Amino acid sequence: MAWRVTVDRGRCMGSGICTALAPGLFRMDGERSHGPDGECAPDEALVDAADSCPAGAITVVEDGRVIGPSD
Amino acid sequence: MSTSHDEPVVYPFNNAEELALSTAYERARHEEGLLRVRLPYGEPAWLATRYADARLVLGDRRFSRAAAQEHDAPRQSEGRTDAGLLSMDPPDHTRLRTLVTKAFTVQRVERLRPGIRALAEGLVDDMVAAGPPADLVEDFALPLPVAVICRMLGVPEEDRPLFRKWSDDALSTSSLTAEEWEKSREELRAYMAGLVAEHRARPADDLMTALIEARDGTGRLSELELVDLCVGILVAGHETTATQIPNFLLTLLEHPGELARLGEDPERIPAAVEELMRFVPLGMAASFARYATEDVEVGGTLVRAGEPVLVAVGSANRDARRFDSPDILDLGREGNQHLGFGHGVHHCLGAPLARLELQEALRALALRLPGVHLAGDVVWKTEMLVRGPRSMPVGW
Repeated sequence: MAWRVTVDRGRCMGSGICTALAPGLFRMDGERSHGPDGECAPDEALVDAADSCPAGAITVVEDGRVIGPSD
Repeated sequence: MSTSHDEPVVYPFNNAEELALSTAYERARHEEGLLRVRLPYGEPAWLATRYADARLVLGDRRFSRAAAQEHDAPRQSEGRTDAGLLSMDPPDHTRLRTLVTKAFTVQRVERLRPGIRALAEGLVDDMVAAGPPADLVEDFALPLPVAVICRMLGVPEEDRPLFRKWSDDALSTSSLTAEEWEKSREELRAYMAGLVAEHRARPADDLMTALIEARDGTGRLSELELVDLCVGILVAGHETTATQIPNFLLTLLEHPGELARLGEDPERIPAAVEELMRFVPLGMAASFARYATEDVEVGGTLVRAGEPVLVAVGSANRDARRFDSPDILDLGREGNQHLGFGHGVHHCLGAPLARLELQEALRALALRLPGVHLAGDVVWKTEMLVRGPRSMPVGW
């Protein structure tokens, strides 16, 4: 049950919310966010980050199903 | 390098009745370490004035807003702001913020653009029909964001005179005593609690109803949190935008021809709004101190656990280490990652909506009133956290 996280760098506006919420998982690459590469372990902080992103730039997928942003 | 034993400098630096950034900030940016400052109330604080230091303090979880509630936090007024999202840390902050974020994402807000454009154009048409002079604040800058946030949240627009006073009080740094400030806040809370009760009885397709469902259905927030969240959305949802619209116009009028050029090429408006967000130092002073929860080095100063840091975003936005010719208004500036909406977990929740409103406000003015000009003296807000005209007579 691995998760995949994508950050749409065209949408990202560098608010820094994700890097502050989940500093071990997101990092600033220049002034845009970069999420975990490849598959990663489930972590609620990832969904929090997707839910909190004002740009709607973060998507969290579990087994092909979008779980973040949550409904 | 400053130490916590240095005699603090008296703060704030800015003058309320203009939009200039005090030259004291430029001096502070060039000095090693952080500056030690003292506000009218509360304990002394460190002041971060450089871009990199500002991003560090705002974006690092070792700095806490919630901890400020346990200290005599540095502030401009006697009354204390101890409610709402800006006084919370994750995970409490995340729990509440995520309830609201979705309503304000870029994608969701973009759907409001046609309605907001029509609203802005309608207000300009009304001004033209009534004939000059008009008060840009009362006739345009205030009704636009008020109408938008009222419709979104589910607050009657005609109550604007009521909540304008409470909203002014909430952001006031004036002679209001702590008791008066508290009384005003309780009135606003009571007003909002009444609207919540009405929405419970008659659910509607609005944000307040969605938040009530989140409380009643999932218990994700308390009744007081619900009321304070609605109050926060109403106040933050219009006051700053209503202040920046006249601020942006004033700034453009100091750069002759710029507004008309935006009207000739409206594609340039989004970048222009970002540059104006960077260039216009809205705040009277850095506020909402962050408390270090452990020792952290910031810009050459070791901030000890339990010490407060204030972040001067207006100064960070003019840092020559980050922005070329920072004191020049360049409406086409690229790579403009300004801090006008903050940074980190407290980055402005409504930034996408604010951007859209500011873009549409400028568009309506640039297209329909390219010759707009001042037609009398600006009356400034004073003793407020934000700076800007209280009234601004314009002709065209």
